[in-house]
Amino acid sequence: MKAGVVVFPGSNCDRDLVVAFEGAGFQVERIWHKDSDVPQGVDVIGIPGGFSFGDYLRCGAIAARSPVCRAVADFAGRGGFVLGICNGFQVLTETGLLPGALMRNANLRFVCKNAEVEVTTTDSAYTAGYVPSERVVLPVAHHDGNYVAEDALLDRLEAEDRVAFRYAQPLNGSMRGIAGILSENRRVLGMMPHPERRVDTVQGGEDGARLFSGLIGALIPA
Amino acid sequence: MKARVHVMLKDGVLDPQGEAVRHALGALGFDGVRSVRQGKVVELELDASDEAAARDEVAQMADRLLANTVIEKFDVEIVGS
Repeated sequence: MKAGVVVFPGSNCDRDLVVAFEGAGFQVERIWHKDSDVPQGVDVIGIPGGFSFGDYLRCGAIAARSPVCRAVADFAGRGGFVLGICNGFQVLTETGLLPGALMRNANLRFVCKNAEVEVTTTDSAYTAGYVPSERVVLPVAHHDGNYVAEDALLDRLEAEDRVAFRYAQPLNGSMRGIAGILSENRRVLGMMPHPERRVDTVQGGEDGARLFSGLIGALIPA
Repeated sequence: MKARVHVMLKDGVLDPQGEAVRHALGALGFDGVRSVRQGKVVELELDASDEAAARDEVAQMADRLLANTVIEKFDVEIVGS
């Protein structure tokens, strides 16, 4: 299985994401933001955290209009798997691959801590390695993670079981505690917490590793 | 020609930054500020000479990049040549 990790100017979690994918057994190739194609044979594309293009205009806005994001959108359109973490989640909402928007945290503060997160659905390749309603600890580090959407959309996300993760305690003002959501085909996941920062005991825990090991398990043909 | 795009959060979208500004104004003794909404202004210098066409093009720029129309609305103003 092969993963691609997109690198924008200002990405700073790309290396961690590469290590997390590799730890689960993926072969990883980095993809530069000016590339207009994704590498041949890639099964999943990761969009890492950081401050792409300095977060100018809006978080993820400039990155979402870069050549590589058009290629990522085509890849997703063909049924490809795309995982956006933190700034990557913001990029995915800005491209329209995921609905809603991520606004400034309600208390206006940058939040940087280990957060308790509920795995709301295990019905996805990304969450297949968890137990339903399980609570895990994942690091969060963001200023703009306050998920906002219209009530009708929130109702739809819940009805379709597309809320992947929720904060166990209020964290940033996110509507209905949403920490991560899935696309309609359940193959695009955007999440604010950082599973790639908790894949080894030296990082304080391995709760994040199961996202990557579950993913490769789900992707390998039975 | 110069154009100005005003980007504001849509009505009904909570604006925590505007709310913080309102509190700070109260702390300075400015009572009676019922609400503060904060947005941004983008100024563009254009080669265009046709105002209607320019307005149309700038609206497309705003729609595709300058504003996130999920949460923001925008107004285009042609400031003059």
